[in-house]
Amino acid sequence: MTHLLDVQDLVVKFRLRSGDLTALNGINFTLNPGERMGLVGESGAGKSVAGFSIINLISKPGFIASGRVLFEGEEISAYPLEQMRDIRGNRISMIFQDPMMTLNPVLTIGTQMVETIMAHNKVSVTHAREIALEKLSKVYISSPGKRLGQYPHELSGGMRQRVVIAISLLTNPSLIIADEPTTALDVTIQAEVMALLLELCRDDNMGLILITHDLGVVSQVTEKIAVMYAGRIVEQGPTEAIVSAPRHPYTQGLIKALPQGGGGGGRLHQIPGMMPNLTSIPPGCAFHPRCEHAMDICRRETPQLFGDGQTPGLVACHLYAQTR
Amino acid sequence: MKAHTTEPLVSITNLVKHFDISGGFLDRISFAGGLPSLTTTTVKAINGVSLDIRQGEILSVVGESGCGKSTLGRTVLGLYPPTSGKIAFRDMRIDNLSAQDMLPYRRRMQMVFQDPYASLNPRMTVRQILEEPTRFHFPDLSTSQVQDKVAEVMRQVGVDPAWAGRFPHEFSGGQRQRISIARALMVDPEFIVADEPISALDVSIQAQILNLIMDCQERFGLTYMFITHDLSVVEHISTRVAVMYLGTLCELADKKNLYGDPQHPYSRALLSAIPRLGTKGFSHIRLKGEVPTPINLPTGCVFHTRCPHVNERCRNEIPKLLGRPNGSQAACHALEEGRI
Repeated sequence: MTHLLDVQDLVVKFRLRSGDLTALNGINFTLNPGERMGLVGESGAGKSVAGFSIINLISKPGFIASGRVLFEGEEISAYPLEQMRDIRGNRISMIFQDPMMTLNPVLTIGTQMVETIMAHNKVSVTHAREIALEKLSKVYISSPGKRLGQYPHELSGGMRQRVVIAISLLTNPSLIIADEPTTALDVTIQAEVMALLLELCRDDNMGLILITHDLGVVSQVTEKIAVMYAGRIVEQGPTEAIVSAPRHPYTQGLIKALPQGGGGGGRLHQIPGMMPNLTSIPPGCAFHPRCEHAMDICRRETPQLFGDGQTPGLVACHLYAQTR
Repeated sequence: MKAHTTEPLVSITNLVKHFDISGGFLDRISFAGGLPSLTTTTVKAINGVSLDIRQGEILSVVGESGCGKSTLGRTVLGLYPPTSGKIAFRDMRIDNLSAQDMLPYRRRMQMVFQDPYASLNPRMTVRQILEEPTRFHFPDLSTSQVQDKVAEVMRQVGVDPAWAGRFPHEFSGGQRQRISIARALMVDPEFIVADEPISALDVSIQAQILNLIMDCQERFGLTYMFITHDLSVVEHISTRVAVMYLGTLCELADKKNLYGDPQHPYSRALLSAIPRLGTKGFSHIRLKGEVPTPINLPTGCVFHTRCPHVNERCRNEIPKLLGRPNGSQAACHALEEGRI
């Protein structure tokens, strides 16, 4: 079976005056049709860069230095801009964090939706409006006909993000990349929006890459997770396995640092220090200065992702290499 | 954790805060029936909130954006003058004091803001940032005493005193939030309002700052009003929790009661929406509609437009905060009448 998405050894660099900065250091993952994956990590881990680079949305001075992205078997990372436009917003849609920044404030919702449809399909304006109406009702927007004539500022935050989701669905994509889609929203609205996204993906067998720092949301929505740290994937596997029994010390720390339900006060587990700046990534395993299990080998050799054949998932940590 | 008493440190009684957003003269002119008249538009941010903050506790104020939780914090500290109502600190009414009389209370009540990038002056070194409030509130201290105090507080919050000569931009977000907390601690406060102090930080850094906040509570016997929208954090650190909706207090309860047995329909919906690790899918209570604007408040109970248990009384009569059998307090007619 062809994978929906196959990312192979993707390296993204930023060309700076002081030299090239590696933001993404060889990441690999695959996504099957209809599969939902979470890309998790803290700011600066490279999760957004990973998401953007799939549809080559890295703007200068960033560039894809090596690696391949295969989408439905086609090597889209080699596509020229014109051909890429045919993929972006058509077969792969993207949802960004802030709906107010995504929507054009001076155009009505209707204009923006019709514009998107007509850019990708040869349809009449009337037909395009029908599609727009259909998608708006699909994301449970009340009185969709009225909304088409409204401007983004007339809608609430949750409603705006629904409109953005409706726009991303206009061309019936097979993959949606959502970059922190609910970070700007309140919890009750976040739950609504994420439940909607989950339902849509299930109904239309759409793939989803959910980029977020919120492990709670990821565990509700996705089937698998890739945890990123300093430009690399340090652990990946089925969501349940990673959430219930994380193996990489960073993932363990991240989960233990979350205030858990039922917990009554007490100190939270804290990971000492902070994520290294991309200009000064430590040699060996990038996590070793913060790791309580750091060994000599961690300072010298960068661990590669591997599986031991028993536990599901892959982990990049020397702790497990020893017992291999 | 230090035992807290039930003695109130800060009492808020019937606090109301409205903001006039009518704008200039020309903006206010409207024509009704052919005659020009002046209109005023007010945002009703807080509408009659009463609560006590007890000595030594962490009282969390939760609610969604626009519910008035930040306004409440700022009004309590006197950063906004209240429209009506009373605020008392250790039984001394402070909302009507002159700026001069307020000074000693400003020292005893400090604030930590959400965004450590915006709340530290970029042109001042950390030493200057920390010295300024100390020199202002303790003019009798000698230069060396102030410097000792800076070094001591920096150590307490976990920032190397050797970095005192650096500027805020040279620090990470977590470090900057530590400096904000240090600035509040410099004047030996008794009460700190922390307005979303960890929202701008990453998970692993959030844990560090939360631990610091709890350490300070223990070490200095501080009382906090902790304003946040992050319900898992609230569950971890608070003693009691106040749930707000549209400028009104819905429920005030001990943490265990609120999370184990939420009373008010809004609290129930809010808590059901927390994303939890290891849960699949969604089982949250869906609320209909959207939060109404605080310019045109609904009549009666402010939550009635979205409440599944609404009846005629809810539409007309504002519910009072009443005690519940489990010890919580909630403002809801349906609860009072035993309908839910």
